[in-house]
Amino acid sequence: MTRPATAPDTRDIDIERTRLTSTLAETWKTPPGFWGALTTVDHKIIGRRYIFTAFVFLALGGVLAALMRLQLAQPEARLIGPDRYNQIFTMHGANMMFLFAVPVMEAVAVYLVPLMVGTRNIAFPRLNAFSYWIYVAGGALLWIAFALDMGPDVGWFAYVPLSGPQYGAGKRADIWAQMITFTELSALAIAVELVVTIFKQRAPGMTLDRIPLFVWSMLVTSFLVIMAMPAIMIASTGLILDRLFGTHFYNPAEGGDVLLWQHLFWFFGHPEVYIIFLPAAGMVSTMIEPFARRPAFGYLGLVMALIATGILAFGLWVHHMFVAGLPRLGDSFFTASSMAIAIPAGIQMFCWLATLWDGRPVFKTPLLFIIGFIVTFVIGGLTGVMVASVPFDTQVHDTYFVVAHFHYVLIGGAVFPLLGAVHYWFPKLTGRMMSETLGRWSFWLIIVGFNATFFPMHILGLEGMPRRVYTYQPDLPWHGLNVFISLSAVVLTAGFLLFFINVLKSARFGEVAPDNPWDAPTLEWATTSPPPSYNFAMIPVVGSLHPLWDERDTLPVADGLRTDRRELIVTTLAAAEPQAREASPRNSIWPLLAAVATTIMLIWSIFSPWAVVWGSIPIAVALIGWFWPKGTPEDES
Amino acid sequence: MLAVPLTGCGGNWQSVLDVEGSAAISLKHLIILIVAVCSVVWMLVMVALIAALWRTRDAHPTTPEPVRERRMTLAVTGAVVATILIISTFTVLSFIATRTLNVAGQDDLTIRVRGLQWWWGLEYIGPHPSQRFETANEIHIPVGRNVRLKLEGLDVIHSFWVPSLAGKQDLVPGRSNELTIRAERAGVYRGQCAEFCGMQHAHMALLVIAEPQEDFERWAAAQRQTATPPIDEEAAAGLQTFLTKPCAACHTVRGTAAAGTTGPDLTHVGSRRTIASGMFETTRGSLAAWIADPQTIKPGNNMPLVPLKPDELRAISAYLASLK
Repeated sequence: MTRPATAPDTRDIDIERTRLTSTLAETWKTPPGFWGALTTVDHKIIGRRYIFTAFVFLALGGVLAALMRLQLAQPEARLIGPDRYNQIFTMHGANMMFLFAVPVMEAVAVYLVPLMVGTRNIAFPRLNAFSYWIYVAGGALLWIAFALDMGPDVGWFAYVPLSGPQYGAGKRADIWAQMITFTELSALAIAVELVVTIFKQRAPGMTLDRIPLFVWSMLVTSFLVIMAMPAIMIASTGLILDRLFGTHFYNPAEGGDVLLWQHLFWFFGHPEVYIIFLPAAGMVSTMIEPFARRPAFGYLGLVMALIATGILAFGLWVHHMFVAGLPRLGDSFFTASSMAIAIPAGIQMFCWLATLWDGRPVFKTPLLFIIGFIVTFVIGGLTGVMVASVPFDTQVHDTYFVVAHFHYVLIGGAVFPLLGAVHYWFPKLTGRMMSETLGRWSFWLIIVGFNATFFPMHILGLEGMPRRVYTYQPDLPWHGLNVFISLSAVVLTAGFLLFFINVLKSARFGEVAPDNPWDAPTLEWATTSPPPSYNFAMIPVVGSLHPLWDERDTLPVADGLRTDRRELIVTTLAAAEPQAREASPRNSIWPLLAAVATTIMLIWSIFSPWAVVWGSIPIAVALIGWFWPKGTPEDES
Repeated sequence: MLAVPLTGCGGNWQSVLDVEGSAAISLKHLIILIVAVCSVVWMLVMVALIAALWRTRDAHPTTPEPVRERRMTLAVTGAVVATILIISTFTVLSFIATRTLNVAGQDDLTIRVRGLQWWWGLEYIGPHPSQRFETANEIHIPVGRNVRLKLEGLDVIHSFWVPSLAGKQDLVPGRSNELTIRAERAGVYRGQCAEFCGMQHAHMALLVIAEPQEDFERWAAAQRQTATPPIDEEAAAGLQTFLTKPCAACHTVRGTAAAGTTGPDLTHVGSRRTIASGMFETTRGSLAAWIADPQTIKPGNNMPLVPLKPDELRAISAYLASLK
C-alpha cells in the first residue's frame, strides 16, 4: 500500500463523523445543474439514467407491438402496409433486444453492483459515462431513422442476402448494422467495468463464496458479453463491407457464404439470450431471500448453474439453423447441447422452490413477480426443450410457436424478475416505496394479459401460422385466435401502464423509505436510501454471505481512506484482502465529447468509408483530452 | 379479397396436427409425446410451488437446520436427476425420429423447387429429358409415393413448409437442400414460405395436390404440352397483346414467342387453382384484377403495372384464363 505524504486530518480515521460525511460529499459530489449532469461519473446517476432510458425504449417497443397486434387482428387488414410492418417488427425486435433487454440488465448492475460489493464507484467511471452516451446515440440513430421511414426492415437477425447489397436497398440495413456497433461498444464497456469492479473492488472480506448471487450473475453475464460480442462485430462489419465496398463475404456467387452470417450471428445471438436471462436469475436469487425470510437454498449450486449456463450458452447456436440444411449428425449434437441447458436451469428452479418451501413467504409485489416468473418461465423453458429437438423444430421453426416460446422466456424469464426488481430496489434508487396496491393490480393485469396474449400463439404456430407475416388470408383458420390475442394485449398494455403510473407516482409521492425496508441481507441496504454520492462513509468489512442478517447493527468497517480525494479500496481477487488504495476519477466532460466524436464517425461511415479516416481525428483529440493529466489530487497515485 | 375454396380436406389445411404425409405423421406423434411429458413436468412444478407457498409451517427460526437442509438437498438432487433422464430420453427420441425423415429412393419423382421473391418456380425432372416441364406455385404429386424436392433459393433465403406433409427446409442461395414428401391420402395441402424473405413474405403460399397415380400422369402429360392456341378472337387478341406488351419479357408461354424467365411460367396458368402465390382463385376476373393493379394487391412484388386499355385487359385475361 502506498502512503503518500498527506496531512493527517484528511484520513477518515482522523476526523469525526459529521465532518467525515461532509468532506466525502464534497469530494464525490456531482455539481448541480446542466454541467454537472453532462460531466458526472457517479455510477448511481448514470445507472439511474440508463435504467430510465431503457424503460423508455421498452415503452416505445411496446407501442410497436401494439401496432402489430392492431394490424393482425383482421385478415388482410390494410392499416399498416408490408413495408412499414416489416420495419415495425424489425424495430420491435432490435429495440427490445439491443436497446432494452441487454442495456437494462447492465444498467441495473451499474447502479447496484458497486453498492452490493461495498465500493464507492464502479471501475472506469468515465468509460461508464461514455458507454451511456454511446448507447443513447445508438438508440436515437435507430429511432430517428425509423421516424424518417428509413428504419431497418430485414428482421432483428438481418439475414443475408436479404440485408445484403442486392436486396436490402437504401441505407436501412446499414442503420441496423451501425446501431449494433453502438450497442456493442456500450455493452462491452460496461462488461469490462463490471468484471473489474467485481474482481478488484469488493469490500474486504467478501471472498468468492460471499458474493451476492446477483453480482455472480453479472460477472458471468459480463464474460458472456465479452466473448459473444466480437462475433456480431465481425458479422456486422462484414455486412457493412459487403454493402459499402462490394466485398463478397456473404455473396455465394463470388465464393461467399450465406450461412456464414447465420453462424456468426447466432454465435452471438444465442448467448445474448443468456446475457438477458442470467441477470434476471441473479435478481430472483437475491430477492427471494428477504421474501422467503431465509438464505437462498444451494448457494454453490446456484453459482455453478450460472457458470454452467454461461459455458453451455456458446455450444448451442446451431439450434437456430436446424432447417438450414446442415449435416444431420451435427444437428443431433446441438440437440443434445440445447437440451443440456435445461439442467442448470432446472437446478436453479429447484433451489428457488426449496427456498420458498423452507422459508416463510412475505407476499409483497416483488415475490408476486417471482412467482409469476416461475409459472411462466417453466413454460418457456419446456418449450425451449421442445424446439431443441430437431424433428420437433422442423415443424415449429419460424412459426408463432417460437414467438410464444421466446416471449415466455424473455418476458416471463427476464421482464417479470426485472419488474419485481424495480419494486424491490425502488426505495434504494429513489428513497421512496412503490405503492403496494398499484403493484398488485399491475402484477395481476400483466400476468393474466401476458398469458392470454402469448399462450394462444403456441396453438397458432401448430396451426401453421408463420412468423413475420404482415397479414394472413381470410380463409385460413387463424382469425379467431388473432382477435383474442389482440384483445388480450390490451390487458397486458394496461398492466404495463399501471406499472409506469406506479413508478412515476411513487417517485413523487411514495412513502419515504428507510435504509433497509425489506430487512434484506446484502450491502446495498447498509447505506441510506438513496445512497450518498460516496455510497459508504466507511467501507464495510464483510464476514459472511448475509452481512446485514449475521451482523445486524454491528457491521464492521475498514478505515484509512483519504477523504480529500476520490479513493477506494482494491482487494485481492479470491480472498478480497485489502491490497491498495486506488484513486477514482473525477467528473469530466471528455467522455461526452468522445461519445459525440465516435457517433459522428460511426454515422458518417454509413455513407462513406472515408469517415473512418477523417472521423478518427476528433476521436483521438477527445481521447487525448480524456486521459491528459489535470493536476487533480487523483492524478498523484 | 377472393377466398380460395378448401378442397380435398375439411378443417385446417396448413396444420402440424392435421397431417396426411408420412413424415408429418411421425412428427405429430413425437410432438404430442413431448408436449404431454412437458405438460406433466409443468404441472408437477406448479404443485410443488403451490405446496411451498401454502403449506402450514411451524414457527421455526429462519436459520437453516442441517436436517431440513439435507432433506431438501436430496429432493433437489432427485429433481435434477429426473430432469437429466427426461432430456436424455428426448434427445434419443429426436435422434431416432430425425433418421426416419428424408428417406428417398433412386427412382423417386424429383422436382426442383426454386424460391423467388415471392413465388415458387417448379421444374419436374423426369428420367428422360422429354419429360421435363416447368410450372409454378402448385405441386402435383402422386399419392403414396416418395417425392424428392431439390430446394434452391434463387434470390434470398426462403423456406419450404407444407406442415400437413413434412417439416420445413430452407432454400438457401448457393446451396442445394433436399426434402422428401409423401402424401398418404389424396387432398390439397397448403404450404407457405416460413423464412422471412422481404416485403411479401406473407403472400408466398403454394399448394400441394396429391392425387391418384393415373390422375397425376394425366396432369403431367397435359403440363408437358405447349400452350393451347387461342380458342376465339378475343383470346387471339389477348395473345397478341401479351406478346407486344412487356408481359412476354418476363413470362414464358410455351408454344408462343413469350420466353421470359423472370416471372412464373404461364403455359398452363388457367389450370392452376390460384394465382399470385395462393392469393386468389384463378378466374378471368382475378387475372384481370391482378394484371390491372398488381402493386395494390401485393405491394412491392416484382410485377410492374403495365398500362392497358380496357379491351386489352379483357382480351389478355380471357387468353390467360383459357390456358388450361
